[in-house]
Amino acid sequence: MLQIHCPYCEEHREEEEFAYSGEAGIVRPESPAELSDEAWGDYLFFRKNPRGLHQELWLHASGCRRYFKVLRDTVTYAIHGSCKIDEQLAPVGQISGIRS
Amino acid sequence: MKERYSIFSLASHARSYHENWQRVWRSPELKPAYDVIIVGGGGHGLATAYYLAKVHGLRNIAVIEKGYLGGGNTARNTTIVRSNYLWDESAQLYEFSLKLWEGLSQELNFNTMFSQRGVLNLGHSLQDMRDIERRVNANRLNGIDSEVLTTREVKSIVPVINDSPNIRYPILGASWQPRAGTARHDAVAWGYARAADRLGVDLIQQTEVTGLRVANGQITGVDTSRGPVAAKKVACVAAGNSGVVAAMAGLRLPIESHPLQALVSEPIKPVLDCVVMSNAVHAYVSQSDKGDLVIGAGIDGYTGYGQRGSFSVVEHCLSAIVEMFPAFSRVRMNRSWGGNVDICPDACPIIGTTPVKGLYFNCGWGTGGFKATPGSGYVFADTVAHDRPHPLAAPFSIQRFYTGALIDEHGAAGVAH
Repeated sequence: MLQIHCPYCEEHREEEEFAYSGEAGIVRPESPAELSDEAWGDYLFFRKNPRGLHQELWLHASGCRRYFKVLRDTVTYAIHGSCKIDEQLAPVGQISGIRS
Repeated sequence: MKERYSIFSLASHARSYHENWQRVWRSPELKPAYDVIIVGGGGHGLATAYYLAKVHGLRNIAVIEKGYLGGGNTARNTTIVRSNYLWDESAQLYEFSLKLWEGLSQELNFNTMFSQRGVLNLGHSLQDMRDIERRVNANRLNGIDSEVLTTREVKSIVPVINDSPNIRYPILGASWQPRAGTARHDAVAWGYARAADRLGVDLIQQTEVTGLRVANGQITGVDTSRGPVAAKKVACVAAGNSGVVAAMAGLRLPIESHPLQALVSEPIKPVLDCVVMSNAVHAYVSQSDKGDLVIGAGIDGYTGYGQRGSFSVVEHCLSAIVEMFPAFSRVRMNRSWGGNVDICPDACPIIGTTPVKGLYFNCGWGTGGFKATPGSGYVFADTVAHDRPHPLAAPFSIQRFYTGALIDEHGAAGVAH
């Protein structure tokens, strides 16, 4: 069970309160109609899927119902930090008060 | 002299207390060059090697495996084999595979313990039943044995099931595929490994591929933890780690790796002689020949390579199992484990060529690759040998994520796998 820190509620809560929402930082293209099939397919379907550190979105579905960013290791599942949706995640090791 | 397994070989070895069986395959040294290198020694990779050697006459083949043969998802699944998929493309691929399963033990001279005990896919709502009727009709048009059953018919096949209408997810009926069933997962890997080894394929274990060598858009070999190896063709069948291997050649895949969990109970007396699956509550169960209940859960929502998932997923699955089978409520669970599955956006595999000449990928089987092992190996071997997709594999090209011709099997196939 992951213990995830919601930056809006400012608390650690159990994973079951949250819904995973995939890779963070994917920007919807401004004019989809002008994109090539390749660029549109890349936007829709292709993800980094790294083995290691991953910046991802979580939704606090049973809490404040807001999206936020989490930096998580996809091998150890350790969580290295979380931040609000419009903030930048700090590099690993520079976040204090966050349990991993 | 290569030993053939039979009742006579068993009897003659009994006289020497089974102490003189030959090793099942060689442990060859890595050669400096091969015609084809297969990355990944699971069921699909070993099947690919076998059919490349058997059907296409290639002999200079290596299967390179970072751990041991069949130690990944091949040994972590719940061994269900069926072909009742909704869409023509997938139904034909899985049915082709099911037909290979039916003759596999004889072909490989290895008992894969393939047992056509039938698979039930339960429906718990009117919409489930409409989807089941549609899928069964589609199956029949594709020549697949498939029937719609009522609650009473389900109860007659599985007397231990809870058919009360007053439970949270009452059983309103099911689809039934009598030719579907289970197989011994290790035996499939070992059978293909032994048969491929006899045809001269080098099975290289404990060797990790660390890089792909590409020059002028053409594959030239791989880097391994035991040094570089040249190859004319490289075929990657690395399941949950496919994205990692693809990145070595600068390619991206539309795949996300998720943990998928399963568990087995202590052995109990025979109680369940078919496979029961429920997509709506995401639980499935069968009973192995040893007597353990083999139970599969859903994937974890998050991505992961850790070969383990969260307990909440197991708990959710078991609550559904206990509602369907109240008699199992006090059965103790022996072991649970996880594997990394490569999930495609449309829950269908990617089989085919890549922009790099001589590099091929077979991945994205997600939660349901085991049943496809023979068919996947067969069509992928054909794809690699002829440098073009096998007709059954052609719809599963990676190009479908650009053209939009997806084969949407999410939910549609009664998929819990």
